[in-house]
Amino acid sequence: MSAVYALYPTPDAAQRAVNNLHAAGVPDGQITIVSAEPFEEHAFADRDKATSMGWIALAGAIVGLLVATWLTRMTELAWPLSTGNMPIVAWWPNLIVMFELTMLGGILAAVITLLVAGQLVRRRPAFYDPAVSDGQILVGVEAAAEEAAVERALAGGEIRRL
Amino acid sequence: MSDAGRKINEDLLRPLLQTSWRFYLLVALLGSVVVAGLVAWLWQMWNGFGVAGLNNPVYWAFYITNFVFWIGISHAGTLISAILRLVNAGWRRPVTRCAEVITAFALMIGAMFPIIHLGRPWLAFWLIPYPSNRQIWPNFRSPLVWDFFAISTYLTGSVLFLVLPMIPDFALVRDRTTGTRSRIYGLLALGWRGTPKQWHRLESAMQIMAIAIIPVAVSVHTIVSFDFSMAPVPMWHSTIFGPYFVAGAIFSGIAGLIIAMAALRKFLHLEDYLHPVHFQNLGKLLLMMSLLWAYFVFAERLTVWYGNGSAEVQVLRATQKGSFAPLYWTMVVCNFVVPFTILSLRRLRTITGCVIASFGVCIGMWLERFLIVVPSLSHKYLPYAWGTYRPRPVEIIITVATFAAMTLLYVLFSKFVPIISIWELKVGEHTTHVVEPLEMHEHALGDAHP
Repeated sequence: MSAVYALYPTPDAAQRAVNNLHAAGVPDGQITIVSAEPFEEHAFADRDKATSMGWIALAGAIVGLLVATWLTRMTELAWPLSTGNMPIVAWWPNLIVMFELTMLGGILAAVITLLVAGQLVRRRPAFYDPAVSDGQILVGVEAAAEEAAVERALAGGEIRRL
Repeated sequence: MSDAGRKINEDLLRPLLQTSWRFYLLVALLGSVVVAGLVAWLWQMWNGFGVAGLNNPVYWAFYITNFVFWIGISHAGTLISAILRLVNAGWRRPVTRCAEVITAFALMIGAMFPIIHLGRPWLAFWLIPYPSNRQIWPNFRSPLVWDFFAISTYLTGSVLFLVLPMIPDFALVRDRTTGTRSRIYGLLALGWRGTPKQWHRLESAMQIMAIAIIPVAVSVHTIVSFDFSMAPVPMWHSTIFGPYFVAGAIFSGIAGLIIAMAALRKFLHLEDYLHPVHFQNLGKLLLMMSLLWAYFVFAERLTVWYGNGSAEVQVLRATQKGSFAPLYWTMVVCNFVVPFTILSLRRLRTITGCVIASFGVCIGMWLERFLIVVPSLSHKYLPYAWGTYRPRPVEIIITVATFAAMTLLYVLFSKFVPIISIWELKVGEHTTHVVEPLEMHEHALGDAHP
């Protein structure tokens, strides 16, 4: 993988670099921005905001509910044991297990979505510079078609290559 | 990096990168108490349950008291953190992780007690829903199985709620260390970079989990209360038990959190992050919970006294003026008199005041759990079935060991993980320019809106 990037000490400088890259014709999807903290008040942090995580968590919750409904009913019918004069399939107590597994389904679905959508579970990040941890903000382009134009756009920071 | 960011890094990574002899001494001391607890448990397993003070009719005592107490303490963290996250309270940033850790460890310790309470703990896996060799599943109509589902869900959710915001901090430690330590933190960081997409997904996941974990937290202690209220035992079979237990759990949880925060502030020198205002805010919350607890106790006791059911009144008498009265009135002093006196006066609502009140609440809430469990079992319906209970050394040692275990786990955690979320603290340092409509600006009473 080849990449050209620069490190910026402030979010304002990083924003200027992103604007320069846009002006140089680099599409948003090709620009990589990495920071040690989220900068919600800057435009560059607004990208990739849309997510279906809420819907996926809801789907996970529904799956949890269905599994719990099946599990409680199936086990009660598998060995029909009369308990405390309750019906064999006793929905009142089953509701508790159904509620817990519904919530567990939602939580696990949200976490799995984070791991997949956030491209986590890697030993080392691919395009990264440890200087980010010192507060620097990385702005770069992977496999840039016109490297000279990208370098000009990133000129406000210290240019590095990968 | 700004000076504030550099200072945050230095202050909060210091405990991870530097170790004093005091740390080893503390770990050795706490570890030895934990080992003593393990030996006591082995002793109980080897010699049978007879070495504990449990006997007919008091089959539940210290261990179940500890179970309810620790599950209650666990309500401090995730619940408070989730609520503060959802309302976006700025002062939560230094508090959330300290609190979430309490939940994870207190739940683990609490969940140990039903296993310790088993005569044959190696058969604890029978609680797990799987068909045995005769195709018999656990009975899902039993509150003990509900406990398994509730605690497992809450523990899973709480651990994930704790771990997810730790990932960016693991990445920070990965980049600032070398060798094996860097490799271990690198694995824990899961390849975190900090792209806008990752930040947004993390934020979304935390919001969803905060929404999900609040009802789960409430359900957990309600279900723990069902262990008692589903049984036709005097003063247990009560509809008030669900909210009463939840309120008590949050009450003791906040007290535990205040003590932990004060210890961290003192020993890790976090005075610049854990300010008196944090203690003041939590102190106000503790005061409110103290009043709520007193209200529940009054409502429960008045109903029993007015109903004048012969079996229930015996339990009431035993606690109000019988053999359990010294414990009962100590509980009232610790849970109401002390916190109300200290926390209702602004002058006394200092860090020291909050810590004193919190210690009182922790003692009082442990006694409350004990007084729920034991007097009812020792005063069942007919006098010939009455009995007594005295704790034996093995139960006391195991109880003390769990407090040491909680402290040990907390100390070890704060040694290996930044105890305050570094990235969240840095976000709090950002200057934001919020544009408010004129109508929202403060103006004197009686003036027209600008």
